Amino acid sequence: MIKPVLLWSDALILLLLAGIAALVWLARHNDTFRAPWRQVMASRMGSATALVLAVYAGIGLLDSLHYVERLPSEPGQPAQYSGDVRSALDALLTPLRENVEKTYSAPFATHLYAKETMTGPDGREIRDYPRLAFGGAHLADPQRDFWPDVTQRAGLGLLGGWLIWLVWRALRRWTPARRATATPGAAARSWTVLAMLLTAGMLVALAPHYHVLGTDKVGQDVLYLSLKSVRTGLLIGSLTTLIMLPFALTLGIAAGYFGGRIDDAIQYLYTTLNSIPGVLLIAAAVLVVQVQIEAHAELFETAAARSDVRLLALCAILGVTGWTGLARLLRAEVLKLRELEFVQAARAFGVTDARILLRHLLPNVMHLVLITVVIDFSGLVLAEAVLSYVGVGVDPAMTSFGNMINGARLELAREPVVWWQLAAAFVFMFILVLAANLFADQVRDALDPKSKERA
Amino acid sequence: MLNYILRRLLYAIPILLGVNLLTFALFFMVNTPDDMARIHLGAKHVTEEAISRWKIEHGYDKPLFFNAAAEGVDKAADTLFVEKSLKLFVFDFGAADDGRDIAREISQRMWPSLAIALPTFIVGLLAYLSFALLLVFFRGTALDTSGVILLVALMSISGLFYVIGGQYLMGKLWHWFPISGYQPGLDAWKFMVMPVLVGLIGGIGDSTRFYRALFIEEIGKDYVRTARAKGLSDLRVLFKHVLGNAMIPILTGVVVVIPRLFMGSLIIESFFGIPGLGSYTIDAIQAQDFAIVRSMVFLGSLLYIIGLVLTDISYTWADPRVRLE
Repeated sequence: MIKPVLLWSDALILLLLAGIAALVWLARHNDTFRAPWRQVMASRMGSATALVLAVYAGIGLLDSLHYVERLPSEPGQPAQYSGDVRSALDALLTPLRENVEKTYSAPFATHLYAKETMTGPDGREIRDYPRLAFGGAHLADPQRDFWPDVTQRAGLGLLGGWLIWLVWRALRRWTPARRATATPGAAARSWTVLAMLLTAGMLVALAPHYHVLGTDKVGQDVLYLSLKSVRTGLLIGSLTTLIMLPFALTLGIAAGYFGGRIDDAIQYLYTTLNSIPGVLLIAAAVLVVQVQIEAHAELFETAAARSDVRLLALCAILGVTGWTGLARLLRAEVLKLRELEFVQAARAFGVTDARILLRHLLPNVMHLVLITVVIDFSGLVLAEAVLSYVGVGVDPAMTSFGNMINGARLELAREPVVWWQLAAAFVFMFILVLAANLFADQVRDALDPKSKERA
Repeated sequence: MLNYILRRLLYAIPILLGVNLLTFALFFMVNTPDDMARIHLGAKHVTEEAISRWKIEHGYDKPLFFNAAAEGVDKAADTLFVEKSLKLFVFDFGAADDGRDIAREISQRMWPSLAIALPTFIVGLLAYLSFALLLVFFRGTALDTSGVILLVALMSISGLFYVIGGQYLMGKLWHWFPISGYQPGLDAWKFMVMPVLVGLIGGIGDSTRFYRALFIEEIGKDYVRTARAKGLSDLRVLFKHVLGNAMIPILTGVVVVIPRLFMGSLIIESFFGIPGLGSYTIDAIQAQDFAIVRSMVFLGSLLYIIGLVLTDISYTWADPRVRLE
């Protein structure tokens, strides 16, 4: 028996998704809204990166469906639940989560990283590398069986991925509603799906039997840690934006439209915020939040709830300090728009300020908002790593790229070098941020009239 | 011009006051001195006496804004806000939690910070600009395309990896430079090269792409076509006209950071063990030493505002049409 748990961040993620869905639903017949997105998806880079981001988002979403397990209890007793909050992703990755070794082991290793004293078959004590409890444990003789087993499993995985791809392609061809428009984007999508299915197939075939990316200091599977880190990165990137937008929109547009005293006050506000060195302001605010959370530890039922609140606080801090850039852009744009004929005409007809702002100005600055949001996203994912390294990021107990790098920092000094945890964090982050950056470029090209002229 | 600068500097006062109020609110109202005392004394065995003793020792035993017990002017002056925040305006930073004088620490630690930050800044600016000009010169060719792809890839890598990778390759594997540390005097260069190199590589993606976009926009304008039609060489157009006209946005981004070079870089300094202001700040953050954090916030804001004024002055130098009134 399980009981779903809704952490605050989960609720906000669902809210965000509902908001996006509603927006898409409302604008589904609006061609000015759809045309740029169609342009993004028609380009090779746009559709490939969108797919990669969608996979990351899927992982993060699965990891946001939390639950607690019911503990076995006597019938008639009130139900007891475990304090260990899990997610749907944890449930899917149960073998990875539970196959915990003693300490480091290299990717695909069958033996531990460190020597141990063991009792040999003849009763004498020997020092050697012990076999892993899970990685390659099914092999009778690792030396002989390792390569045949790995190639066989990998081959099967690849085959499986390829078959699924064939089915997917056939299904697409038979769907009459979506007559495949032969854009470069559609072809790129197909190849991206193939690459992802092949990777996924191999991982599904190999990961339950080997530690594909090795294990960390306490023996946890690095692939599992990397997948769990995705949610933290995505949350920082998206929730911060969600919190930042209301500030940037209202203050930026108000400053540009009303001018005068309001403009002065808002400009003073953002110059003040801007003048404080970013990391310092964030650090100061996070320190304060940390102290408050420690002082009110009784408010949080589980460790997950506590680190969740700390993550949200971090997003809030990043959002409250991060709105100035967009607000400045919006102010400048509204200053220009406000003098144009259509706004003048609306004002002459006696349209109220509120209505002018909502109907005439907001839609005309939306492209700036969208561009800023996608460009900021990758920066925020990178910022999380740095902040966690400094010690003012997410909770140290939470899996995140920053915490992974921080934990792995000294591993390069070991002999032999422990490189896999750093490498895994590097690759997972690099793919996410690169996809986000390339996608942002496409979105900017599609939405920004200025960059279209340039190209 | 002098008038303008004076006015701008006067305008800095309300901003600094705002910064002060903000940090004061964060550190004293959200987080009361009692909380601070509890953290420093440790969670267990905290008695009321221990807290008030700690507060008296560190000078946190006054009211926030209004001292009802004091006489006359002291009602407003003998308070935490005046004592801890307003004194920053006369550069009286007070003492850190370990009792050391913050102002002295700053004046000592400034130099190592500058030794790393200044070369990074100057070499970086020249390198990024030349790289961007090179890409623009070869715009539309394979060199430009692959250059841009390289830049996007470089900017998608977390700065932490440049540091870790640099230390591993240049320090541990190749033994070129010491992995971390610092030494004043002639031997300092050995410790400077790696942080500077890592800083340069870390910034190359963002800056070069930004400059390239600026130049590309500029090169599409009519005056460039005219210049070329008159028979000016590509290089001359690029360096004299395009670079000159793109100067304003370049200066906007560049000049404002110059005063802040004193404060160094948090990440680079703490990774490479440079005893500068950046690592000082990070240590203070990790030790929750609010007196230092507050001083650094104030100093950072002040230097930023000076940077803004310098930016305005630099505009008049780059573009004679700009006059500061």
